[in-house]
Amino acid sequence: MDKLILDIAALIAMSTPLLLATLGILIGERAGVINLSVDGSLLLAGMVGFGVAFTTQSVIYGFFAAALVGATVALLIGYLGITLRLSQTAVGFVFALLCTDLSSFLGNPYVQQSGPAVPAWAIPILTDIPLLGPILFRHDVVIYAGLVLIPLIAWFLERSRPGLIVRGVGERPEALYARGIDVVRVRYAAVIVGGALIGLAGAAYTLDLKQGWTYRHMAGTGWIALAIVIFGAWKSYRIAFGCYLYAALQTVASRMQVNDWEIPTQVLQVSPFVVMIVVLAVVNSLSTPTVQAWLQTVPAPVRRLFTYVTSPAPASLGKPFDPAG
Amino acid sequence: MNTIRLARAPLYAIIVSILLTTVVLTTTNADPVAAFTVLFSGALTTPSRLADMIMLASPLLLCAAGLSISFAAGQYNLGIEGQMTVGGVAAMAVLRLYTEGDSVVLLWLGAMCVGTVAGACWAGIVAILKQYARVSEIFVGLGLNFVALGISLYMVFGPWKRPGVASMSGTEPLADSLWLPVLGNTRATVVTPLIAIGVLALVWWFLRATQWGLEVRASGLSQAASQRLGVPAIRRTIQAMLVCGGAAGIAGALQVLGVYHALVPNLASGIGFMGLLVALLINADIRFVAPLVVLFAVLTSGSIQLPLSLSIDSSVSGVFQGFLVLAMIVARALLARKERG
Repeated sequence: MDKLILDIAALIAMSTPLLLATLGILIGERAGVINLSVDGSLLLAGMVGFGVAFTTQSVIYGFFAAALVGATVALLIGYLGITLRLSQTAVGFVFALLCTDLSSFLGNPYVQQSGPAVPAWAIPILTDIPLLGPILFRHDVVIYAGLVLIPLIAWFLERSRPGLIVRGVGERPEALYARGIDVVRVRYAAVIVGGALIGLAGAAYTLDLKQGWTYRHMAGTGWIALAIVIFGAWKSYRIAFGCYLYAALQTVASRMQVNDWEIPTQVLQVSPFVVMIVVLAVVNSLSTPTVQAWLQTVPAPVRRLFTYVTSPAPASLGKPFDPAG
Repeated sequence: MNTIRLARAPLYAIIVSILLTTVVLTTTNADPVAAFTVLFSGALTTPSRLADMIMLASPLLLCAAGLSISFAAGQYNLGIEGQMTVGGVAAMAVLRLYTEGDSVVLLWLGAMCVGTVAGACWAGIVAILKQYARVSEIFVGLGLNFVALGISLYMVFGPWKRPGVASMSGTEPLADSLWLPVLGNTRATVVTPLIAIGVLALVWWFLRATQWGLEVRASGLSQAASQRLGVPAIRRTIQAMLVCGGAAGIAGALQVLGVYHALVPNLASGIGFMGLLVALLINADIRFVAPLVVLFAVLTSGSIQLPLSLSIDSSVSGVFQGFLVLAMIVARALLARKERG
């Protein structure tokens, strides 16, 4: 039992950077902007965050710098994708590669250095609660922030008025434009805030989870984060569940490697991607007219279940907005 | 659109990307002039380096040629790395059938054919999900990259592992007689670049001179409109993806036959992604594929000399390439915008 509690606590800790990145992607995508640069932004922000913290011996400056890097990349993608109306995919992809190489090049002096890290801090009183204490309240500030952000972003997007505007801009920008809302500004704000969160996620790797910097430290994580957002159907709680599920699969995979089990670890490691592809295929084919017509003939609870499972992507995801058109 | 003004885009892009790279270089106290000299000429100084450059340019050319078709059809084939990887795995499966005395040439052909088919099938999954289930080709492609890497890792560490030690260095090397013959003392083969150039020529001809190519390009401009006008647009889009996957698959097979002489886990090693950068840079103008592929291969091979001669990290070639593509995309957009007024 104690071992299980420790495992769950470790799971929460190791999922935090990924969680922050997915929430950052979520905010941007809900407003209709894809930030495909995540894999590179994470690395670059993580490297800069570590470098700044290393030089100033201050973790806080490190996180601040990382957020700034993430936000800057997002701003550039915003300018190219929203203002110049270039393909967000193309631009984001180039940034993903460029930022990866920049992080390798500029991060050279910091490789394998030991720098400052986020100190552990058990929350007084709460830490003594049986079961929940050891699982939730014996981490550090970054992990607590991640845990708080899940319901906070869910509430913001699903319940608050500004959140409604963000979602509207991602679904039917022309309708909001007609009601006097500055679509372009909302999109910029969402993608930049999301980018800052992605930057913080990078620093959460280099200053907290992995505590240090090496070449292409967490390369691949960004693509995984983008996949989990799809798996989580653009909803905070489901995305958080996806992050924990992914971390759990990784843990199981690494344990099996030790025990030399029959199931090859590579199969478990790629399983999230297979799941993502299957989910995408099922969700998208369920939204075709034929299936939708069939859904009208089934009992209401079944229909509700289907609608829940098949919540589609924001309708204007990746599409530039042109007020004149 | 005024093409004279747009023709200035490459000039602006080159100037801006060189400036930005210089800034990056100076932040690390590196000498930009020396660094650029090595980047542009490091690959050309000795025959053996030139040979290595050719062996990088060939699979890159295959990928970029394939991507010219998928881009013409309006598809972002980010799954190209995975298509290359499964091509290599499939080729290895064929090559393992070799026993002393078999016809080597037949086996080579078999490996290349099976690799091509495997790459095409891998792209086919993406294309069919896109066309019939409306799933973004970008995410399926990226996801399948990881799946392909998983398969290749599984083979290297599982069924095909080296007797005794399974390692990231790959499977047991192929029998010497199965290696593609090389030129002199270098690592360059004749077969690989010839196939790459042949594929580029075919792609060029098909895209520019046939009804099929016209229909692919029409589908890329507007699939719905083309379909309504009687062009089998859905079929053409799928075929374009299949051709691209096939080109990547043969590149993977050739990496096994001519470069690694074994199956290594990360067979594609970013070549497919570099091909995507080239494809973004050429903006659907197939005349520029070969020159840009050579440029990218020269820069990447040249950068290998940087740590040795100047203690500069080799990733600066990737930085320069990224800036170049980005600056080009932006320059084109800004010039086109100015044109519209």
